[in-house]
Amino acid sequence: MGAQQREYRQRSRSVQSTKKITRAMELIAASRVVKARQRVQETSPYARSITRAVSAVATHSDVDHPLTTERPDARRAGMLVITSDRGLAGAYSATVLKRSEQLRTMLEEDGREVVPYLCGRKAEGFYRFRRRDFETSWSGFSDKPTFEAAKAIAERITEDFIAGADGGGVDEIHVVYTRFVNMVTQEVQVLRLLPLEVVEGVEAPEEHELIPLYDFEPSGTQVLDALLPKYVVSRIYNALLQSAASELAARQRAMKSATDNADELIKTYTRLANQARQAEITQEISEIVGGASALADAK
Amino acid sequence: MSHLQVELVAADRKVWEGEATMVSARSTEGELGILPGHTPLLATLVSGEVRVHAPSGDGTAVIDSGFLSVDNDRVTIVADTVDAEGLVTPGGR
Repeated sequence: MGAQQREYRQRSRSVQSTKKITRAMELIAASRVVKARQRVQETSPYARSITRAVSAVATHSDVDHPLTTERPDARRAGMLVITSDRGLAGAYSATVLKRSEQLRTMLEEDGREVVPYLCGRKAEGFYRFRRRDFETSWSGFSDKPTFEAAKAIAERITEDFIAGADGGGVDEIHVVYTRFVNMVTQEVQVLRLLPLEVVEGVEAPEEHELIPLYDFEPSGTQVLDALLPKYVVSRIYNALLQSAASELAARQRAMKSATDNADELIKTYTRLANQARQAEITQEISEIVGGASALADAK
Repeated sequence: MSHLQVELVAADRKVWEGEATMVSARSTEGELGILPGHTPLLATLVSGEVRVHAPSGDGTAVIDSGFLSVDNDRVTIVADTVDAEGLVTPGGR
């Protein structure tokens, strides 16, 4: 076999084994994205109950809570960026980081100092490579976030928020995450987490329905004290789960196109190898014919 | 007599759902019992047992701190983690 032909066959084989890998990753992502979506669904009763309870307290008692109070002279703004731990998911992490850069510019134009909180190794890498400082980071759970992880993030962030800019903390917290719309659409979202705005889930009471007058035990303020941190955790948990589902969906798509490209390459290399083989045969034939006629002429 | 619609919700899933004649839990103020027709209430719970008395049998679940809301005979108990080993009444999972 000719050298050129061997070369093409070798490359084709290498692409074939790459294809096997990308195909496997595609299938894994496809099966896990179903799980991830289910987990988003399963947490909604919790989120709904908490939201309902928070809005009940908010409507029935006039309590100002530090977590809901706007600070007019906000100087330092926290930014929680949720990315993935691994690449191989197309533009998933890049879009989140791009959006976070836009947010940073916007906040800085408003005269606020940006304090980044990172989630996922890709974001850490992005900041380390640019030698930028960040406040803290969490990683190792991007495609399967646990409630404990969400709790740890929420605790740290709430703590810094309560400390305020003067106490070395921040005055507001923004979250950049990817919302899972469906298998083909995932949107990067920016959400101001703190100070809290309880907007979703506040259902307008129907005409005939009386808004129940809740009793609070021990008291409205104390119930709110207990509820709001939980609300923050549930928001962060939801953002993490949505991002995980988005990551897996993005990975599935990226791996699908990688597999398709591998198919394409294999086809090209097979054609080239066939062409090389044909060229070799043609050359051999013409050599034989040439040799034979040279012998015939010599007679 | 009307029944209570009880929902036990943990952070990552709905743990149990069903009918009950009485629910008792431990709030920050002390032991709390809910019967049908209870006035709307929001209470914070401390970790401990939640007891559900259902027509088909009694059950208990262990929760860590959470809260309980009662509204129109709908009782929702929300906690970060719920261990509902003791709740195997029909209608639940």
